[in-house]
Order: sequence, then structure tokens, then C-alpha cells
Amino acid sequence: MNLQAIRSIYLFEMARFFRTLMQSFISPVISTSLYFVVFGTAIGSRIESVEGVGYGAFIVPGLIMLSVMTQATSNASFGIYFPKFIGTIYELLSAPVSFLEITVGYVGAAATKAMFIGIVILATSFLFVDFTIQHPLAMIAFLTLTCLSFSLLGFIIGIWAGNFEQLQLIPLLIITPLVFLGGSFYSVSMLPPIWQTITMFNPVVYLISGFRWSFFGTADVSIGLSLFAITVFTGICLAVIAWIFRTGWRIRQ
Amino acid sequence: MTTIVDVCGLTKRYDGGFEALKNVDLSIAQGEIIALLGPNGAGKTTLISTICGITRATEGTVTIGGHDNVTEFRAARNLVGLVPQEINLEPFEKVINTVRFSRGLFGKAPNDAYLEKVLRSLSLWDKKDSKIMELSGGMKRRVLIAKALSHEPRVLFLDEPTAGVDVELRKDMWDVVADLKKDGVTIILTTHYIEEAEAIADRIGVIAKGEILLVENKDDLMTRMGQKTLKVDLATPVTTIPDVLKDYDLVIEGDGLLYSYDTKTDRTGITGLLADLQKAGLKMTDLQTRQSSLEEIFVSLVAQREDAA
Repeated sequence: MNLQAIRSIYLFEMARFFRTLMQSFISPVISTSLYFVVFGTAIGSRIESVEGVGYGAFIVPGLIMLSVMTQATSNASFGIYFPKFIGTIYELLSAPVSFLEITVGYVGAAATKAMFIGIVILATSFLFVDFTIQHPLAMIAFLTLTCLSFSLLGFIIGIWAGNFEQLQLIPLLIITPLVFLGGSFYSVSMLPPIWQTITMFNPVVYLISGFRWSFFGTADVSIGLSLFAITVFTGICLAVIAWIFRTGWRIRQ
Repeated sequence: MTTIVDVCGLTKRYDGGFEALKNVDLSIAQGEIIALLGPNGAGKTTLISTICGITRATEGTVTIGGHDNVTEFRAARNLVGLVPQEINLEPFEKVINTVRFSRGLFGKAPNDAYLEKVLRSLSLWDKKDSKIMELSGGMKRRVLIAKALSHEPRVLFLDEPTAGVDVELRKDMWDVVADLKKDGVTIILTTHYIEEAEAIADRIGVIAKGEILLVENKDDLMTRMGQKTLKVDLATPVTTIPDVLKDYDLVIEGDGLLYSYDTKTDRTGITGLLADLQKAGLKMTDLQTRQSSLEEIFVSLVAQREDAA
């Protein structure tokens, strides 16, 4: 195992994050504040509580998931796509590193950045609403798994993408709608029965539900099902990456 | 000499069926400088990319330091540094960070003292905290070399390292290459500048259409294939070749006569020519000889190949 290579890739990617620290830090703080103003104050004032939790607090896990999923995906996809775009990928391909080490470096860095943003949003949330986290360890575990799995997805997108448009395609057209429709700002039980059934086909529902359970102890689906869903999702991403390793698809001719 | 890079029956066929390399065999001795010459699209970069592991071979094997570059890729690639043809660098990163990154990728522990030595040798130390985007094209090329040298490789591939750089920088690079050779680094160089190959290479390989046409010691090649010409300047120019000189296949050039001869033969015919010039009553004012350049040899080889095809 080339640990130095993993360390180098990780630090190089984190350096890119710290170069744009203001953007990385300020942007989620402002977005979260706006969500609280719009959803928490304007709409929340008309909704007393959802499943016994004040609406302002209820949306916190969904807000964190929304940012974490999109940030993990975009950071990981950009991380591996950029060397392809500017040609520095030659160095990765000619170095004594395996694809596993390359993946650990890039995905680890993207997951760390997403985790950082998740924590910033959580900290910002405390400024607007009062709540306690009932299962902090489970919350950290869910957050970590989500950061990792969506970074893996982003890594696949980055390898697949042939241009910047394709790089944005899946995050914008698939992930963001799925997150918005996955119960970020509402409980699935608030939907009409037919939409409750349709919503269950959205994998993000299980992730947000599990994460919300770690905060408030209530969930749309059982915690076991949520864990199963995120494990399956991570497994699928790992299987795709393993196939990419074997074939060199879109990387090594 | 110990072989450090051994290429056997290397073929690279792309999905569309195009064969970029055709059954290439090449052995490179430790510590030598070999220049690969070839026209655009000859397969020079594909050959380097396949040896370095960037491109997968369709058939054949490559060993570096005795290690197969596929089954023992870590040991093989550890020995290799690559300077690519294009200036591929992260524009927003500092010079020192990008060089540190390269060293780390090759599994080497941080060693800023060594990196300082490399950057100083390439006149980059003053620019170590500059962003890549702030550097000139020549400086960027030096950064690419610094990155390739950052992990102390024993084999260095330079893919057209002086393309587009000014004469002064090109000479500086030749000095760097000469220093690396002194340190025992094996250098494989592709270039369009035949002058460059002539100046620094020990051996020359000529590649065209994915095939190695020849690999030979540079001096032997120049002697074997080199034609010399003797230019005789005349006090009174002639418009026709006198009958007594008809056997010499002379060409009138300017105020004189041009005689081509083969350096390989025992009898060049120069003595007889000079005697017959006197017999013809032609007064000589000057004599000059000129050896064929590597460029002429290269052009002739590729042209012969194309004629044969």
C-alpha cells in the first residue's frame, strides 16, 4: 500500500479546498441561514410541529443532507475530473499507485470537505433553532456514511464525465431533485397515500429518514431499512469503481 | 552494459483498429541517453506512454529494471520519471507544492532538502512559492522536469522537452540532461529537433508509422550513413564540367564544384580529383568538406521507408 501517495492526493485536494476557504465556509452558512429564514420562519410559523418536533428543528437534518450530498458529489467529481481536463492525470497513471489508493485519496478528501460543510451547517442551525441530538454517535455514523457514499458516486461521475456539462448533469438533474423530494423539508407521512408509495422508490428518503432519526428518534422508515439502503448504495458505488479499476474505463486506454 | 528498459514485441492497437505501435523491440542500457526521432504521429509518445503505464499494451512486454511494468508495476514505475510533451500543470498550485505532490505520489517520504537541490539545479528555487500560472512557458517546462525528478528516478523519459522553448533555455536543458547522465540516470528523449539528438544522445532510434526503423550508436550511424561533400572553389567559374572530370559526378555550385564521396570506402577519390582538376587547368582558391547532418540522415531513412511501403 502506497500510503504516501494517499496522503499526497488527500493533502493536495484539501489544499484546493482551503484555497477557497471563504467560499467553502461562507456559502453554506449563507444558504443555511436563507433556508431558515424562508422555511423555518416564513413557512415554519404556519406549521406548529412535525411528528412532535418544531418545524425549524425538523428541517435541520434535511438541510444538512441536502448540502452534504451535493457537496460530496461535486467535490469528488471535480477532484478526479480536473486532472483529466488539464492533463495532469498522466502523473497518477504513471506513478506506482493503484486505483484503490487513488480512490481513497480523492474520495477521502471529498468526504472530509462534505463533512466539514455538514458540521458548519449544523453549527449554524444552532443559531436559529434549539434542539438536541438524541443519538450523536448514530448521527456521526450516518453523516460519515453519506459523505463517503456520495463521494464515491461523485468519483464515478468525474471519471465518466467528458466535459463540464456532463459533470453537472447528474448532480443537478438527479441528485438535487431526489434530495428535495426525499423529505428534506417534510415528513413523508404529510403526503397523500399515493405519493407516499411513490416516494418510497426514492433512495434518498431512507438516508434522510435515518439521519433524522439520529436527531429526534422519529423516522419515516425504520432505522434498519435506512442502514440497509445506505449500505446497498455504498456497495453499488464500490462495485462500479471496482469495475472501473479492472477495465480502466475512461482513464487508461 | 546492463539493460534497464527492455521492450519486447510491443504492439498498441486502438479500438478503431489503428496500430500505433507494431511489434516494437527496444533495449536501453543503464546510463545512456537515447533519442527517439520520428515524424508527427510516428508513435513516439505512444511508445513512452506504454512503457510508463499510461497506455495499455495490446501485445508484448515492458520491463524496467527487470520488473514487468504490469505485474510488478510498483517496482517498475518507482524507477521512472516522465516529462510529458504538453505542459500539464495545476495552474493555481505553488511550484513547491506541486513538486512535493509528485514525490509523495511515488511513495517517497517528504524531503525538502532534496527538492531544494532539484529546484536550484533548474533555476526554480526563487520561484518555489509562485503559482504555476504566474510562470513563463520555459519555467513551466522546468517545473515538469522538477516534478519528474522529485522522486529520484533512475530512468527519465523526456517527451519533446524543448518544444517551443527558446535557444538559451534549450541549451540549459541540455546541460541539465548532461548532469543527470553524470549521475547515472538513463534518459530516453523524443524530439523533433535533430540538432538536439545530435548534441546530447549516445544512441539514436528512428521510428515511423509505429515501427522502429533503426537503433544505432549516434557516431556509428553518422559514419555509416553519412555522406561527405567536398566543395572546390575555383578562381574562374565553369559553366560545363570538363571532359577529364566527367567520371567524378561533379555538380556545379556557385563559383565551384561539389563532389560527394562515401566515408566508408577505402578510396574516396579525392586525391585523383585534385590531380585531375590540375590537369584540366582549373585553379582552386579554397576547399571545404561537409558531413551530412543527422537531419539529412533521418529524412533519408523515413523517405526510404515510405518508398518501400
